[in-house]
Amino acid sequence: MLLDGNAIGGLLMEVFGTEMTDAQATCATCGAVGPVADTAVYVRGPGTVVRCRNCSSMLMVISSIRGRNCVDLSGMAVLEPRPSQ
Amino acid sequence: MAGTAVRGRLSWQVAAVAAVTQETDSVRTIALNLPDWPGHRAGQHLDVRLTAEDGYSAERSYSIASADGEPASITVERLDDGEVSPYLTEELRAGDQLEVRGPIGNWFTWGPHDGGPLLLIAGGSGVVPLRAILRHRDRSGSKIPARLLYSSRTLPDVIYRHELDQYGGSAEVRYTLTRSQPPGWGGFSGRVDDAMLGRIAWPASQRPLAFICGPTPFVETVAELLVTRGYPASRVKTERFGGA
Repeated sequence: MLLDGNAIGGLLMEVFGTEMTDAQATCATCGAVGPVADTAVYVRGPGTVVRCRNCSSMLMVISSIRGRNCVDLSGMAVLEPRPSQ
Repeated sequence: MAGTAVRGRLSWQVAAVAAVTQETDSVRTIALNLPDWPGHRAGQHLDVRLTAEDGYSAERSYSIASADGEPASITVERLDDGEVSPYLTEELRAGDQLEVRGPIGNWFTWGPHDGGPLLLIAGGSGVVPLRAILRHRDRSGSKIPARLLYSSRTLPDVIYRHELDQYGGSAEVRYTLTRSQPPGWGGFSGRVDDAMLGRIAWPASQRPLAFICGPTPFVETVAELLVTRGYPASRVKTERFGGA
């Protein structure tokens, strides 16, 4: 099912320990920059797949195995949370 | 202060259902009693987790329907092939318990300090976070001009109609009905297109702030039309949903 980064705000907070929907993501493939909220997110598969809105490359994959989250960030050049106030 | 509520660890807590309100044939609002709720901002989400007796569990993210300072509530549409929404919209009763975590999300949120004028565009149950934004604007006494364009299949499918119609002149609320219109219908008909936006969207020169929420194709279409009209992409906030 295709959603966007808003839908996985809770999962990302669990993984990164901070609010991530307004973090800026830079695609390692095409260089597009935008908020995590705007990425294309596929859920209900074996893992959660986050793709670039511009070139559809994989930015991030999160698989939950026996209560642990395995995170593959190799498609992301930069992932920068907004400084907290 | 705004950031403190969402920082740090997010933990599941047990919420009691305070009340259930039928909004339309397939949509219900579920008011939650959350003893450990740090407060939320208009547009944020919460996650709901249901666990079956055999241990199988399913999580879903729902937009919070209530304004800042109000108890958290969610509005859920029943999707017939859904795993979670049929339970929430048909089985759940006041007094029942749910596992909840939140509030979640800083991106698709609005407060008076974010300014406007506000252009809110909803497709179906995408109206939920936009209702929270309008309610918060109203309750905070903000005079920032706001318009809501709400695309619905039919008039009986419009969620919160009574409340939205009460804004009168203080916020402009317009509906477009895509499937059928009642006799004498004076609102818009058909899908949101450039001509419709030409009649309701603030000119780009006024530096409007747009929030679009609805099914993915709806959001993509409307966001593209607004950017073509000169809205900077950074002033067009989007939230797409699937369902189930």
